[in-house]
Amino acid sequence: MEHIGTADWIWLIPVLPLLGAAINGFFGTRLQRRFGEKAVHAVAILMPSLSFFITLGYFIRLMGLPEAERQLLCHLFDWIHIDTFTVPLAFWFDTLSAVMALMVTLVGTLIHIYSTAYMHKDTSYWRFFSFMNLFMFAMLTLVLGDNFLLMFIGWEGVGLCSYLLIAFWYQDIDKAQAGMKAFITNRIGDFGFIVGIFALMWALGGGWSDSGFTLVNPGQLTVVFREVQQYVGSLEGATIFGMSVATFACLCFFWGATAKSAQIPLYVWLPDAMAGPTPVSALIHAATMVTAGVYMVARLNFLFAMSATAMTAVALVGALTALFAATIGLFQNDIKKVLAYSTVSQLGYMFLGVGVGAYWAGIFHLLTHAFFKACLFLGSGSVIHAMHHAYHKAHNHDDDPQDMRNMGGLGRHMPTTRWTYLAACVAIAGFPFMSGFFSKDEILWKAFSNANTLVPGWILWAIGATGAVLTAFYMFRSYYMTFSGTFRGGAETERHLHESPKAITVVLSILGVLSIVGGVMGLPHLWHLPNWLEHWLAPVFHGSQALVKWGEFTHSTEWTLMLVSVLVAVTGFLFARMLYRDNRSEIPARMLKRFPAIHRVLYHKYYVDELYDATAIAGSVGLAKVSDWFDKYIIDGIVNLTGYFARFISWLHGLSDIYLVDGLVNGLAHASGAIGRWLRGWQTGRIQTYLYGVLGGGLVLILIRFILFD
Amino acid sequence: MTESTLLSWIVFTPLLGIPVILALPKEKKQLIRYVAAITCAIPLLLGVYLYLIFDPSNTGIQLAHHFVWIRSFHIEYYLGVDGLSILMILLTVLISFIACIASFGIEKYLRGYFALFLLLETGMLGTFCALDFFLFYVFWEVMLLPMYFLIGIWGGPRKEYAAIKFFLYTLFGSLLMLLAIIALYFNSNPATLVDGTPVPHTFNMIKLITENDFANAPALLGFAFSKIVFIALFIGFAIKVPIVPFHTWLPDAHVEAPTPISVILAGVLLKMGGYGILRVNFGILPEATVWFAPAMALIGGVSIVYAAFVCLAQKDLKKLIAYSSVSHMGFVLLGIASFTEQGITGGVFQMWTHGLISPMLFLLAGVIYDRAHHREIEGFGGLAYRMPEYTGAIGLAFMASLGLPGLCGFISEVLVFLGAFPVFRTLTIISAMAVIITAAYYLWTIQRMFLGKLNEKYKDLPDLTWRERFTLYPLGALIVLLGIYPAPAMSLITDKLMNILQMFHG
Repeated sequence: MEHIGTADWIWLIPVLPLLGAAINGFFGTRLQRRFGEKAVHAVAILMPSLSFFITLGYFIRLMGLPEAERQLLCHLFDWIHIDTFTVPLAFWFDTLSAVMALMVTLVGTLIHIYSTAYMHKDTSYWRFFSFMNLFMFAMLTLVLGDNFLLMFIGWEGVGLCSYLLIAFWYQDIDKAQAGMKAFITNRIGDFGFIVGIFALMWALGGGWSDSGFTLVNPGQLTVVFREVQQYVGSLEGATIFGMSVATFACLCFFWGATAKSAQIPLYVWLPDAMAGPTPVSALIHAATMVTAGVYMVARLNFLFAMSATAMTAVALVGALTALFAATIGLFQNDIKKVLAYSTVSQLGYMFLGVGVGAYWAGIFHLLTHAFFKACLFLGSGSVIHAMHHAYHKAHNHDDDPQDMRNMGGLGRHMPTTRWTYLAACVAIAGFPFMSGFFSKDEILWKAFSNANTLVPGWILWAIGATGAVLTAFYMFRSYYMTFSGTFRGGAETERHLHESPKAITVVLSILGVLSIVGGVMGLPHLWHLPNWLEHWLAPVFHGSQALVKWGEFTHSTEWTLMLVSVLVAVTGFLFARMLYRDNRSEIPARMLKRFPAIHRVLYHKYYVDELYDATAIAGSVGLAKVSDWFDKYIIDGIVNLTGYFARFISWLHGLSDIYLVDGLVNGLAHASGAIGRWLRGWQTGRIQTYLYGVLGGGLVLILIRFILFD
Repeated sequence: MTESTLLSWIVFTPLLGIPVILALPKEKKQLIRYVAAITCAIPLLLGVYLYLIFDPSNTGIQLAHHFVWIRSFHIEYYLGVDGLSILMILLTVLISFIACIASFGIEKYLRGYFALFLLLETGMLGTFCALDFFLFYVFWEVMLLPMYFLIGIWGGPRKEYAAIKFFLYTLFGSLLMLLAIIALYFNSNPATLVDGTPVPHTFNMIKLITENDFANAPALLGFAFSKIVFIALFIGFAIKVPIVPFHTWLPDAHVEAPTPISVILAGVLLKMGGYGILRVNFGILPEATVWFAPAMALIGGVSIVYAAFVCLAQKDLKKLIAYSSVSHMGFVLLGIASFTEQGITGGVFQMWTHGLISPMLFLLAGVIYDRAHHREIEGFGGLAYRMPEYTGAIGLAFMASLGLPGLCGFISEVLVFLGAFPVFRTLTIISAMAVIITAAYYLWTIQRMFLGKLNEKYKDLPDLTWRERFTLYPLGALIVLLGIYPAPAMSLITDKLMNILQMFHG
């Protein structure tokens, strides 16, 4: 048994932001009214920054430990405890969760600071920060939870916060709808995730046969990651629904990941999620929540590595999403939509990385992406903020401040925003020595050289490389349309354009620098430089190392591929520059006229939303209506019919009561009355009458005597 | 009051309040309300005391109050509590108290209302405490009648229809139950009464469970005895759960019943079905239970999925919540039919969590009805702007009901699925899919009622009052607390359930 150190205060990392959420949630209105926005954001920024420093402290402690012992555990109490089955409430701080937590708290805190300027003067300022803190809690629980169910608290929790923040400006029904779409799509994924947990847990403790389930080893029924890894050997040969348990469970988990991390086929919520305030898009829909799926696959590397089918599914879906989303991103005009599709696409690269077994490379891209995509989103937020303000001042309420066709030339008015945006563009496009170059190139190389997936590596590489050209193209397109040339939003508006406040520019600068230099944590082996990140994460991926196989390739192949990557980035950049720089080229407009169908299909995102509306959603609503009808008219109809039948029977009874039973009773009464009256006639009081009677009676008796008894 | 009479005190204290209330002049409305609240508070406090002295490690019957009641029919007065019933007793005293506070808004025939209300509480508590089958039946019927009047007199526009439907349905069920009780009685082994008198047959439920094996009893009407008795009992209890297709009394009863009565109905009455199935069917007829388990799981699964879809089509907020109850009580059946530790614990815990969540939902539905005098979901819009606190409360309750992790509904749901999965794989997966529909109908409701532009008609609606907070906040707090730390409730059930499980695994 490996040694695990204990750390009593790790729970503070997620709980402090929860406390912040509670304070602003319950007292925020009063705080804001009495002490102004300062009081609200003081609490809201303090909590995640404290979490950051605590994380940093434990991170340093972790670095001081011998490599094999780099994990800390904080066990609070048993959350669920039934006989021998326990689910602990415990936080696990190993090298993987440590880097994740560090990134989340760092980027999270920066975005909280940025938001003070962006959300300034919003009437629900307190609510915004309460939700943001709540999100930090959920995300950190997801990252630090030491078992599946605790991770699931975070997993659904980030979905909830995403819903709350997308629908933050709920009075706009479209925004509310986007939030709902996000939550329900996430739920569809969560369903798969939870089924995966069930299958995995029971398969660890026993197995299915024709006669049903037999429990062999109740002690192995566990949901704790460490223990699952320990017992995972017992899954060898185990099957469920005709496939290996590892495959089934991994596909279930990955289904969850496609929703959370916006991959085909459940990516549809993410572009709509841009309805939320821009800091939310930066934090939740770029840097943290959407990367949860990648983190999860990396966390379960020992399980995914067991199934070539699952690895192929992850890698292929990742690669296809990377390309597919990039094509949609090509011609979007809303600056945030471009970034949204770019995020979907970049997440695809991460899945390509973890799918082919290059777990550290996937995490590497996750980290660098967190910096440059947060920077891009916050940059776009800075632009939108300025545009919105300028339109407002110019009394223009009709034009869309997010539409890049209304921008242009903003670089002059907003230098910091421009340069940081450019830095992030260069990083994401994969220009040499920028952070995105190292991470994306590593993924593409690993995809090429992997021998794990059922699809040949070069195909995955080719899909990824094609996507990379498009990435460089659409990113620089957005840069040129926004910052170069002349302003297209009207002179009056232009007079009111100016750079955003300090809280925004400082955060942008920090992220811009990180976008450029972030790559140093994972320098390529090819250059004979130390790769800190791979080394740091190695203990986590120890379990899958023996299972993941790589093809043999020469250094020259690797050099060639790296060169191709650079060319790819430059090609995309040059095309964008040629077509969109300073808004001078006529080609885009001509192309639009020439190929309207292609443009329409891409612009409308291949009509996938419409397809889902027509099938899944319409189907569910239809089934609901049928069920309701069935309930009202068939089931309740039968019940009421039974009731009516019973009433009919009793009505019949009633009739017979009136005419038969009552008739009899009344008849008897009438008869005796009549007889009485008749008899009364005889009682005349005269002796003669009586004598006649006696005589008559005697006669009758004699007659009867002779007739009957003779 | 001694420990042996504690349960009798809990059960009959509400009755003591009735003469006091009836003696008060009917103009003193506030006084009547306070007397009723105090009368409900006493069992609540006694319930807390009961929780404190209850020993969860003891799987037998505790705090029994036991003496011969009607000697000639071998009927005893036998109250007792174990890990299964204590949760239900605690739930009943809590929900009754909250419903009593929520009844402060009632203006019509106050004295009659509270007298019936207190009688109802005694009936419910007695049912959960009784361990003599005849006594159990008596309490079961005692609870039925006040409920009929409470819906039929204080209900909404179609109150007579709903009350009669409720009454006839339950009567039909209890009639089957009575026949089953008599059949069991006449097939039981000789036993002794509590004072040592030997008797040929017994109503003692514990003796029926431990000293009788009905598997080989002579056939009844050509059917195997244990199976036909099982089905009679099951239908009797399942109507109360309720299960599809015997569920249509529930939406009608809920829609017409006044808010506090809906709270009782959802919080406590539905639990009697689940409790009865576990106590009587599982306890007395284990073989027939094993035989019937797949059907029970299927009924549970169908209830979960079907009712979820029906929910999606509802237009009346209260009806939606009523159908969601049908869906969520289906989890109970699915869980207990699996015979796994996780499944049965989950099923019992689901009764508890549903007993906290659905009363909160009905209270919330009552809040908006009191203000707007209708419950049409489509008729609102943008309420979050006017009533942020109310929106937050209903958001919490909806999230708990849809099983958001971190709230108590999640724990019971996930345990049910976890427990059912190895036994009924496909059914569990299909049922788990229903949680997507659950999310859809709740979120859609939130969107139509609370988001978007504020409906001008409701721009002056006030937010929660202190009385409403007093009823909602304790439930909300328990929902959150038990979601993070369920041990206080869960530790009560587990040992007892291991006991039940042993009957099935030998």
